[in-house]
Amino acid sequence: MNALDSAGLGRRYRARWGLRHVDLTIPEHAVVGLVGPNGAGKSTLLHLATGLISPTEGALRVLGKAPGSREALSDVAFVAQDAPLPRRMRVRDVVTLAQDMNVRWDADAVESRIDSLRLDRGHRIGELSGGQRAQLALALALAKQPRLLLLDEPVASLDPLARRGFLQALMAAVAEGGLTVVFSTHLLDDLERICDHLVVLGQGTLALTGSIDDIVARHAVLVGPAGRPLPRGATVIGGNGHGGHQHLVSITAPILDPGWEQLTPSLEEVVLAHLQIHSGNKPRTPAHRLEVA
Amino acid sequence: MILLRIDPSSGVATYLQLVHQVRQAIQLGVLGEGDQLPTIKEVVAELAINPNTVLKAYRELEHEGLCSGRPGVGTFVTHSLAPPSQEVQIRLRSELEGWVRHAVEAGLDTETMVGLLRSVASDSGIEEVA
Repeated sequence: MNALDSAGLGRRYRARWGLRHVDLTIPEHAVVGLVGPNGAGKSTLLHLATGLISPTEGALRVLGKAPGSREALSDVAFVAQDAPLPRRMRVRDVVTLAQDMNVRWDADAVESRIDSLRLDRGHRIGELSGGQRAQLALALALAKQPRLLLLDEPVASLDPLARRGFLQALMAAVAEGGLTVVFSTHLLDDLERICDHLVVLGQGTLALTGSIDDIVARHAVLVGPAGRPLPRGATVIGGNGHGGHQHLVSITAPILDPGWEQLTPSLEEVVLAHLQIHSGNKPRTPAHRLEVA
Repeated sequence: MILLRIDPSSGVATYLQLVHQVRQAIQLGVLGEGDQLPTIKEVVAELAINPNTVLKAYRELEHEGLCSGRPGVGTFVTHSLAPPSQEVQIRLRSELEGWVRHAVEAGLDTETMVGLLRSVASDSGIEEVA
């Protein structure tokens, strides 16, 4: 079974489409980075998956169930942007409240996480640092023992140390097994060490998706003499930072032309190239859009 | 127990960085036969990386015959890699000196020589070590 499955998924806000034509398959137990600039549709997709909003068109299944249904909700946990917990409530009361609202609850896990964070249970949420609040929200989300954890920009507002602490806790939870994580971010630098799958959105549509290993294998940096026609199966998607005789290409067949040296691109440059194309800008090497040999 | 680390700016895939560090530790004798590698949970909690990445690195080390996993226990070093003997090192070095002389005569700079060495090593199926 897949954690997320969508076909032709779209959501319109008045006159504007927030998300459209999204066909997605996310396998269970994946750690998925949901990437794109602000306004690309990341939150819309997460809100659709939780059932907070409904699709305007197309279909979406979460763990094989309808998003927002009772069966789906018991297996899905969602932490909204900036971990919005009631600011005036005390830590211990928030924990009790969350426990009362959930059928399945691992109370020991929450308590030991709060202990290891050295949180004072008598403190009000508003007195916690951003990192502490994010960690507490994560602990509460994990306590319901979800099979799918959705996080909207969990680390965007955290300082580097808090961010690292949060990701350590998140990855430790993944290591326990049985959990699929989808988290949105507009930061690209941690992707490769945290995620194994990517969903890249640009202007409300899907720019790129797949396992990171596959995505990297489907791209190459080709180095060869200027003016040489590109080999069969290679399409230029960018050339920034590579000079005139280097091209970032997507490949649909093995590159056999020995005149081109093939290097592995970084995930970051592949994602940026696809985002650039999706923003309507052409790759910046028009002179090398040569047809196949 | 060795401490693994990650250099995010190196451009080398995370799992390969782990593989290289363990392999190097075995080559240098820091890790010997029977030594246990850190558990996946320990690595993940320390480095904040995807557990599947650690799993992939350990599988690769098993595939190379350097380690073996015992389900529920951990991953252990099964092989020790002795560095080449001094005799062999001296011979390799003197052979290389001859080659470098030819290369300099042909106008190659150090960077090009290293590039050539990499390319030959990779053509002969040896994995590139960063």
